[in-house]
Formats: sequence, structure tokens, C-alpha cells
Amino acid sequence: MSWSRFLHRARSDRERRDEIESYVQIETDANIARGMPPEEARNAARRKFGNPTLIREEIYRMNTVGLLDTLSRNIRYSVRTLRHSPTFTSIALLTLGIGIGANTAVFSVVNSVLLKPLAYPKSEELVALHQTAPGAPGLTDIADGLRLSASMYFTYAEQNRTFQALGIWNPNSAAVTGLNEPEQVQALYVSDGALQSLAVPPLLGRWLDQNDQRLDTPETVMLGYGYWQQRFGGDRSVIGRGITVDSRPREIVGVMPQGFQFVNAGAELILPFRFDRSKLSLPGFGFRGVARLRPGVTIAQANADLRRILPIWMSSWPYRFDPKNYETWKITPALRPLKQEVTGNVGDVLWVVMATVGTVMLIVCANVANLLLVRAVGRQQELAVRAALGAGWGRIVRELLLESLLLGLIGGVFGLGLAYATLRFLVTLGPATLPRLTEISIDAPALGFNLLVSLLAGLLFGLIPALKYSGPKHSLTLRGGGRTSSQSRDRQRTRNVLVVAQVALALVLLVAAGLMIRTHQALRTVDPGFTHPEQLQTMRIVIPPSLVAETERVARMQNELVDTLTAIPGVTSVGFANTIPMEGIGSDWDAIRVEGQMYARNEIPPLRLFKYVSPVFFQTLGTRLIAGRAFTWTDLYDRRPVLMVSASLARELWGTELNAVGKRINSIGPPWREVIGVVQDIYENGVHEPAPATVYWPSLGERVNVARLATFVIRSDSAGTENFLNQVRQSVWSVNSNLPVAELRTMQDIYNQSMARTSFTLVMLAIAGSMALVLGIIGIYGVLSYAVSQRKREIGIRLALGAQPGELKRMFVRHGLVLVSIGLTIGLVAAAGLTRLMSSLLFGIKPLDPLTYAAGALLLGLAAVLASYLPARRASSVDPVEALKAE
Amino acid sequence: MLVLQTLLLGPAHGHTIAHAIERGSEDVLQIEHGSLYPALHRLEARGWIASFWGTSENNRKAKYYRLTPAGRKHLIAQTTRWEQVVRAIGRILKPVSE
Repeated sequence: MSWSRFLHRARSDRERRDEIESYVQIETDANIARGMPPEEARNAARRKFGNPTLIREEIYRMNTVGLLDTLSRNIRYSVRTLRHSPTFTSIALLTLGIGIGANTAVFSVVNSVLLKPLAYPKSEELVALHQTAPGAPGLTDIADGLRLSASMYFTYAEQNRTFQALGIWNPNSAAVTGLNEPEQVQALYVSDGALQSLAVPPLLGRWLDQNDQRLDTPETVMLGYGYWQQRFGGDRSVIGRGITVDSRPREIVGVMPQGFQFVNAGAELILPFRFDRSKLSLPGFGFRGVARLRPGVTIAQANADLRRILPIWMSSWPYRFDPKNYETWKITPALRPLKQEVTGNVGDVLWVVMATVGTVMLIVCANVANLLLVRAVGRQQELAVRAALGAGWGRIVRELLLESLLLGLIGGVFGLGLAYATLRFLVTLGPATLPRLTEISIDAPALGFNLLVSLLAGLLFGLIPALKYSGPKHSLTLRGGGRTSSQSRDRQRTRNVLVVAQVALALVLLVAAGLMIRTHQALRTVDPGFTHPEQLQTMRIVIPPSLVAETERVARMQNELVDTLTAIPGVTSVGFANTIPMEGIGSDWDAIRVEGQMYARNEIPPLRLFKYVSPVFFQTLGTRLIAGRAFTWTDLYDRRPVLMVSASLARELWGTELNAVGKRINSIGPPWREVIGVVQDIYENGVHEPAPATVYWPSLGERVNVARLATFVIRSDSAGTENFLNQVRQSVWSVNSNLPVAELRTMQDIYNQSMARTSFTLVMLAIAGSMALVLGIIGIYGVLSYAVSQRKREIGIRLALGAQPGELKRMFVRHGLVLVSIGLTIGLVAAAGLTRLMSSLLFGIKPLDPLTYAAGALLLGLAAVLASYLPARRASSVDPVEALKAE
Repeated sequence: MLVLQTLLLGPAHGHTIAHAIERGSEDVLQIEHGSLYPALHRLEARGWIASFWGTSENNRKAKYYRLTPAGRKHLIAQTTRWEQVVRAIGRILKPVSE
């Protein structure tokens, strides 16, 4: 057997036919020559030859593989039967395509985001230097664990025995001037060991290393690939050239390759931290850490290694407080795989969504199985005839299965197209909260998954009718029994079970979607601490020391900016702060001491989140002033020792908001500062997390020098429009043409961003839930209307014997309702079990919220009544004469 | 083997071969001529004979077969073996006839 012969067997057969024909002709010629009449000559020749078809078949079989040939014949047969019923085929393919498409798309995301290793060499060795400090008062309310201090980094890097490389980093932004318009770009600050840990080699030049972070070396910078392309046109001679970053000249020493991401931060510029080691002390816990373990070292070993080093760190650096304090903080290294750091809590969402689309797929399978069952009933006569003609029942099963596998596969192809389109859309949409977005694609595992789902689905919905209708017993059908008797209970049972399963699964999805809707509602009702975010335009302006050295002049310039911006027509007020709510960056905290409270010697008082805010900032945001007054520019220029606090802090320290006004606190050492005002709580980390107790320093003051980094908030009805943004830029540049304007967003964007996780889950579950609802209704409708059509004769007899149409209608509706009730009961139990899995996504609501369950069941129940009423009405309108005449 | 032997004399088409075998065996082997064709096909698949389309003596299109070098070698080997077997059987049978 050879493949070429197999593939060319049809041609070879044609040739054989010609050859046989030629034999017959030659023999005929010979016979004629012997004197036979032509007709007889030909017949004699044929006789002599034997049976040509038999011989051709014998040769044909020599050329082929039995199984393959049968298979291709079966496939052709299946395609033909599918084409014969276009409605059935298109409905089945459509639902399958959507189901498989959704599954493939979500799996691609899950695979790219959660399963695939990070795009770094040997990424399993990478860890995030996470550590906890359960004993640090106030701290754990504010931040997720304790970050590293610079001194900690040096000690860790120099004393460890378990890491190949270890570094610290922080995302930030930097102003670039002199290339184009002044611009604020994404910048990444790294120490030696950070790039070395990730180990992605630079495209050009070299990494930043320990020489770059010393103060006595020239200042350097690396470029990200995108920025290099955009500003330098990908010029390879860029190494060694100068660039002005934050008004200081820096030498370009390297370019990172395309697609490089630092953990979860993009980087247009990479800058070295520069440390004066003689001035470092123990605290200053503001740096993120990343490290690469030595081969074979476990996270537990590395944690133990760092625990060993902590006492060394405490004893080797200068301190403001007794280092014993840090022992009571119980600093504990708790390294995490870097992948966990990158993906964060998006895993919860993705698994829930994956489970959801998986459930939809099950419903799709049940639906298609139901359709196939209907079809199988219709084809029973055909199957019986074939069985009677000698088709083995194994063969019939094979054909039925093949048909459903074929459906599954074609559906899978549609699904693949759909998934591709969805992912393209998703990536261009680019929800910023989804990590590793650029890595998402349909790759080999996703293709494999698609194929697997298609085949499994085909097998699943194909097996039910195949096993049900191919048994030898059904040869009885030949007698035409289906026509004269009502349908057997047994046959209806399979379809009933499928409908019950559909209803149950649909209810689970509806309840899940309902819980997300309630969560969303609960989040919406939380007063975030600002009003009408769509009117709030935000923008970041940094005034570096190299541009304006003197602190008061910085404040004057900011004051001038506020005035100029307020002068734009339509602007009602303008303020600024070092960070704005829900931005999720720049959370600073400080030890705060309250006047009149006793502290043990050298004890570190509780840490509090603090911010620098300008006058009119709270008024602009719409944050309610609960007691006292807000800052004024006079407070700032006179450098009065004043501050404001959040309501929660006021209540915690002094009982009530009103009590707080006039009280004094300080931040480690004199002078005492007076609380002049209390504002409502602001949900800094998004409304789903508790609002942190916050201290607000004036943006210019004795304690704070000046906040050079300022995010301005402008309230105007035209916020976000291009025209307005141009006016804003012009106003800024009229004050100083070297000021880059960055991160122009509206507060609404930032608010939505903070809700993105919930919104995304909500949308996905809502889509899945409505699909489940529709499919479930189609299922019920299908079963009942089929039952009606099968029992037309029986209905006719009943009507003829005097049954009331209303009674008949009720009979069918009751049938539907029984199915739905069973489905709902199972669904409620299943939902109670399964929604527990999504409790981490819920807010302000329990997974067992009775209202949601009741609403889901009610919705599904009503839809089911409707779906059963329509076929029932048709049943009652049957004309008995017609129905009986049809016999 | 009979087919190969026939083709030793030169290319021939199916009809010729069938008649040649019939005649050569002095009509001992009376077969349906059609059953020759699967055999031809098998031999061709093994590479012992090759085929080409040609014209018959009386101007009919016909498929000719000829012996390939591999086929010739095989025929010789088979013939030798056959003769050996025949001789062996002959030697065994001789004493009985004496």
C-alpha cells in the first residue's frame, strides 16, 4: 500500500476500466475474425473475460485502506444529510460556534495571562520581594505588605546566599524636554540587580548597574523600544547621545528590546536610582523588590535567608527610632512568584468567567443534543430501513456520532473565527487592568483547546441520540408504530432530563449575573468622596528643582497655574494634590503622634496615609467639609502649622469630627500642627476597599517644603473634550513653556478604571446569563412543541370526546412547569454551592443573597411559562376532525 | 511467474498475455481472462512490471506491460528456485517408480 496509490485510486480505477474495455474490444475483433457475428462476438468476449466490476473492485480494494475509505464515505454521507436540513444545521452550528468561540476566547486569555510563563528567561526563578509587617500599627490598613527601604535593599543584596540577583524598582514618570514639546513620559526607576534579575538582554548598549546608582558618576538612562522608535526613529547610533530628563542631561547607555515589560509596568525610560549611602537610614519603605533565585533554591529557603539577614540590617544602619521597633513590627519576608505579582487578583475573575462560559457550553451541548434527538425521531424510519437492509447497529452509531462530531468540528471552526475577532477587539479595547494584555493571542494551546472542546462537545451531544436510537429493538419502528401510538415515556424522558439540566445551569448563571449586578449597584451607592466625576479633568504637572529651585516659587507657580486654569471659560474651580483618589500610586505614609497621648520611649506611633493638597482641592472634587475650614493660600504662604484630616481619622482619634478641630498632632517631632478642618472619607483604593484614615498636609508648608508633583483637578462641564484639553495646555504653557502636561484624564475614567474588575465580570456574566436564558427557553419551547406535534392525534381524540381546550392547555403548561420546577430546584442548590467560588468578587452582598436567587428563579420561571404557553395554545387549537383524518 | 515468463519475450498487453498463458499451458490452465488483471496490478505495484499505453496489432488502444530489470531478476531467482524444487521432488519420487 502506498499513499500515492491510495490518493490516485480513482484515476487508477478509470484506467483499469479502459484496459478492460480494450481487452473486450480486441477479443471481439478476434472473434469476428473467426467469423462470429459482431453481437455474438462481443458477448463471447465478455464471457471470456468474466465479471469486470468484480475485478475492478478487487483491484480497488488492493489500493485502499478500509477504515479511511469508510470514514471518507461516512463523512460525505454526513455532510449530505446535514445539508438536507439547513435549518437544523444552521441553528446547531450557530449555537455551537458561539459556545465554542466564547470558550476559546476566554481560554486564550486565561492561558496567556495565567498559565503561560512570563516572558523572561527561566521565569520560574523570579520572585517579588514581598514582606509583611503584621505588628506595624496603621500600616497594614494602607498598603499590601511592607515594601523595601533603600538600606534594606543594600543589606539584602550584599548579605544574601540564595539569590543570583536582587534589585528594587518603582514606576514613575519623568519630563523630557528639548526633543519636541515638553512631555511627561512613563519612567521606571531601577537599582542595580533589577534588570539583572529579569535577565532580558538589552537590544543595544548595556543594562544599568551599580556604577549608575552612585552619585559620583555621570547620569545615565536607558530607552524603551517604543520610545526609541518614536523619538529617535530607531537610530542605532543613539548610544552615547544626550537627553534631558527632568531638566538634567543624561547619557543614553542602552535600549531595551521590543515588547519588554518590567513586571507589570511599561517603561519608555529606565532611570537608575541614585543613592548617597552615607545618608541612608533604616526606614523609607517605599521600594518594590524583584529578585532571581539561585537554581534549585526554594521560596521557603530564600525567606529563611532573608529572615537571617533582617537583624543584620537593623544593626548596621543609622536610625531615628530604636531598631527594636522593627522587631515589634514583625517584619516577615514572604516572597511571591513574580507571576503572581504580575497577574494579581485578575485570576479570580478569569476563572469565574472561564467557569461561566464552560457552563454556557454545557447548555449549548444540551440544546444541540435535544435538536439531534428530534431529528433522530424523524429519521427513525430511515434508520430502521437501513438496519433492516443489513446495516450493523455499530455502523449506524458510528455514522450518527460522526455526524455530531462533524457538527462539533465545523462549529469549532466558526468558534475559532469568533474567538479571533473577539480577542482582536479585546486587545484594541485594552482594559488597562488586564495584565499581560499584549501577550494575548490564539496560540497552539488555544488551538488545541478549541479542537478538544469541539470534539468533546460533538461526542457529548452525539452520544445521547446515538445510543438512544441505534439499538436493535428499534427495528420495530418499521411497522410505522410512531404514527399510530402516542410517544413512549422512555423517549420523552431523555429530552426532559436535558431540559431540566438546561434550566438548572441557566439558573446558576442567572444567579451569578444577578450577584454581580447587585455588587455593581452596591458599589455605585458608595459615596466615593467626590461628585460628578465626569466634570473633573485631571492632569499631572511636575515642577523639577532644576526648573524652579526655590520652594515658595514652586507654590507661586502652582498658584498661578490654578488662577490661569480657573480663568478658562466654563471652569468653576481648580485644585491639586500630589495624588488624586483611586489612582493607586504614591501612597505615602508617616508616623503620626497625637498631642496628649503617651508614647513609650522610642516607640513608633501608628502610620497614617498622608497627602499634600492645595486650597480649593476638596471644593473642586466635591468632597464635603464636615467640620472646620479648608486651606487658604495665606495658610500656605505664611507656612502656618495647619493640617486637615479625614472623618474616619477624626473619629478614631477624638471621637467625633467636630472634636477634632483645634486638636494638634505632629509627625515625629515638633512643631505641633493644628487640625483646622475635617473632610468626608475618600475611597482612595476604589469603593470596594475601605476608605483609609488620611492626614492632609498643605501643599506648601514648614513640614513639607513643597509638593513638586501635582495632579491638578479642574471642574468644568466640557471636561474631556479635545477643545478643552487644548485650552488647558495653552494655559499651562502660558505660565511656563517648559512644563510638560501628562495624564490628561477625567475623574470618571479613573473611577471606571477602579470598577473595571467588577464591570468586566458583570458584562461577561450578563452575556453568559442571557445566552443561558435564551437557550433554556428554546429548550423548553422545543420539547413542548415537539410533544404537542407528536400527540396531535391523541389531542384530537380527547377533543372529540369532549375535553375542554382550556384543560388541554393547562395539561401542557403543567408539563412545562414540572420540568422547570425540577430544574429550578436543582439550579438553586447548585447555585448555592457554586457562587461561593465567586465571593471574592462580591461587594456588599452575600453569595446566598435571597433576593437574587428569588429574582433569578422568578425570571426563568416566567420565561418558562411563556415558552410552554405557546405550544400549549397550539395544542388546544387542534381541529379534531383534521387530526383524526390525518391517519 | 507465468506472466513474467510471458513478458520475457517482450512487451505485451493483457489480451496477448491471457492467450499466451492459455496456449503455453496447452489449455491446462483454463481461467477467466479477467482474473489476470488483479495479478497484473499486483506485479506492477511490486515494481516487477511496468505499463504504458500503446496501440494493438489491429489498431486498438491497449495497455502494454513490460518486464522491469527488478522483475527479470525476480523471475530468474524464482525460476531457479522452482527448478530446484522440481528436481528435489523428482528425486524423491524416482525411487518409488523404480
